[in-house]
Amino acid sequence: MTVNRHPPVTDFATDFDHTDPTWVNNPFPIWDELRATCPIAHSDRYGGTWLPVTHEHVSAIAYDTDNFTSRAVVVSEVRPGPLDLPAPIGVAPPITSDPPFHAMARRLLLPAFAPRKVDALEPFTRQLCNDLLDALEGKDIVDAAVEYAQHIPLRVIAKMLGFPTEDADYFRHVIHLILEEGITATEDDDERLVEGQALDAYFDNQIADHVANPRDDLTTFLLEAELDGNNLMHEHVRGTMLLILVAGIDTTWSAIGSALWHLAHNPEDLKRLAAEPDLMPFAIEEMLRAYAPVTMARLVAQDVEIAGCPMKEGDWVLLPFPAANRDPEFFDRADEVIIDREENRHAAFGLGIHRCLGSNLARMELRVAVEEWVKRFPDFELADPSAVTWAAGQVRGPRSIPVRLPGRSS
Amino acid sequence: MRVHVDAEKCQGHNRCYSLAPELFDVDDLGNAVELNDGNVPEGLEHKARLAVANCPEYAITISE
Ligand code: HEM
Ligand code: SF4
Repeated sequence: MTVNRHPPVTDFATDFDHTDPTWVNNPFPIWDELRATCPIAHSDRYGGTWLPVTHEHVSAIAYDTDNFTSRAVVVSEVRPGPLDLPAPIGVAPPITSDPPFHAMARRLLLPAFAPRKVDALEPFTRQLCNDLLDALEGKDIVDAAVEYAQHIPLRVIAKMLGFPTEDADYFRHVIHLILEEGITATEDDDERLVEGQALDAYFDNQIADHVANPRDDLTTFLLEAELDGNNLMHEHVRGTMLLILVAGIDTTWSAIGSALWHLAHNPEDLKRLAAEPDLMPFAIEEMLRAYAPVTMARLVAQDVEIAGCPMKEGDWVLLPFPAANRDPEFFDRADEVIIDREENRHAAFGLGIHRCLGSNLARMELRVAVEEWVKRFPDFELADPSAVTWAAGQVRGPRSIPVRLPGRSS
Repeated sequence: MRVHVDAEKCQGHNRCYSLAPELFDVDDLGNAVELNDGNVPEGLEHKARLAVANCPEYAITISE
């Protein structure tokens, strides 16, 4: 972890910080408290940030692409340039794009992530999970986050893009820099500059290799894709690759980790899931609701008032879909995990035009990862609750989950 | 009973398709479409209601 340049928070209603250890370890009581007292909080940190915590406000802002721009979606000390530039494409379309360009950039990628495309990756994913599980056999204590959950999206994404799976460690390093350390970075950060150039060079190499040897993967798909009759600009291809690495790995790792963490200390749910596999689809959605990993952000595009709060152009707004998912006005027994919850209109994958492009893929990975784990270790348990650590920043999930695998009699 | 997907609202979360593949299909972009003109065969009413209740975008409606 980086040095935290942010003093500890004493009042989340007026001075919140989503990287504060209290939030990182357990944000739910903070959101509950705010929902009751101050449903849109403000903090001067990061140059001015707003925090809606009800489903009503989170969804209203997600749908309002006129007043809130996606030009930057990760809150940091550094803001992108002036907000009055023409229709922004952003560094990583479509996540950083606004209408009308957004729809074009998104439409281009949608076919690659549609359910049938994702179904084709399921056998690979199942095999991968089983290989990882084989390596855990015979051990007493393992780390379900590090030795299992983490590897699944890394390798699935590498496979999808057609990058060598051995490079998975490198991707992990890059993502960590962007997602966790990027928050506190300043503009003149040499190390980040060098890393950025190295990553561009890596992408350039992969692109050159795919130009020479086209194959059936997402990289070749991007190189052959057309926008308005032209191939994508080189920067657009690289930006999309970066987006897929950043958006597709830590997020899914977190979702798998949270689900395993829940089952590791809720033996009654684990037992039920092992005995009633038909519950799996409902359990997966409930895990996504209760432990939604992703909080997005927007910048205020023009001065606007939301629920009486005077938001100024250039202010950050955190969009905590995980808090919307715990809103008792919107969900019955919102703070309980009910693995057979049938009605579950959760927003873990966002709402509106930026709905997670990888949601079909993420769901498939999460379901297969949990299914295979539960089949293999139907009675595992948390070994040391105090050793569980959580990622700081806008993607939340357990980064270490020591679990005990009971000796098996076979 | 009939189900209807509002194409303007649908963002392709695919909750309907996974809960009730008998009633919904997805196109190449991943957006949902009703099967057989939205007619819900007898016995699938519960699934139709589930799809409605799980669509995050409120894109599905039922008419009797
Ligand atoms: C459980 C895992 C995941 C969660 C919880 C998640 C969550 C989200 C959320 C909340 C958004 C909305 C962004 C916004 O409103 O600004 C989003 C967008 C996006 N996600 Fe995911 N995501 C996950 C996995 C993935 C995967 C596996 C991929 C791709 C391989 C992916 C690719 C994207 C892309 C490209 C966007 C931008 C879509 C757009 O702006 O139109 N995500 N994701
Ligand atoms: S659940 Fe709703 S948004 Fe998702 S595909 Fe079905 S109709 Fe569309």
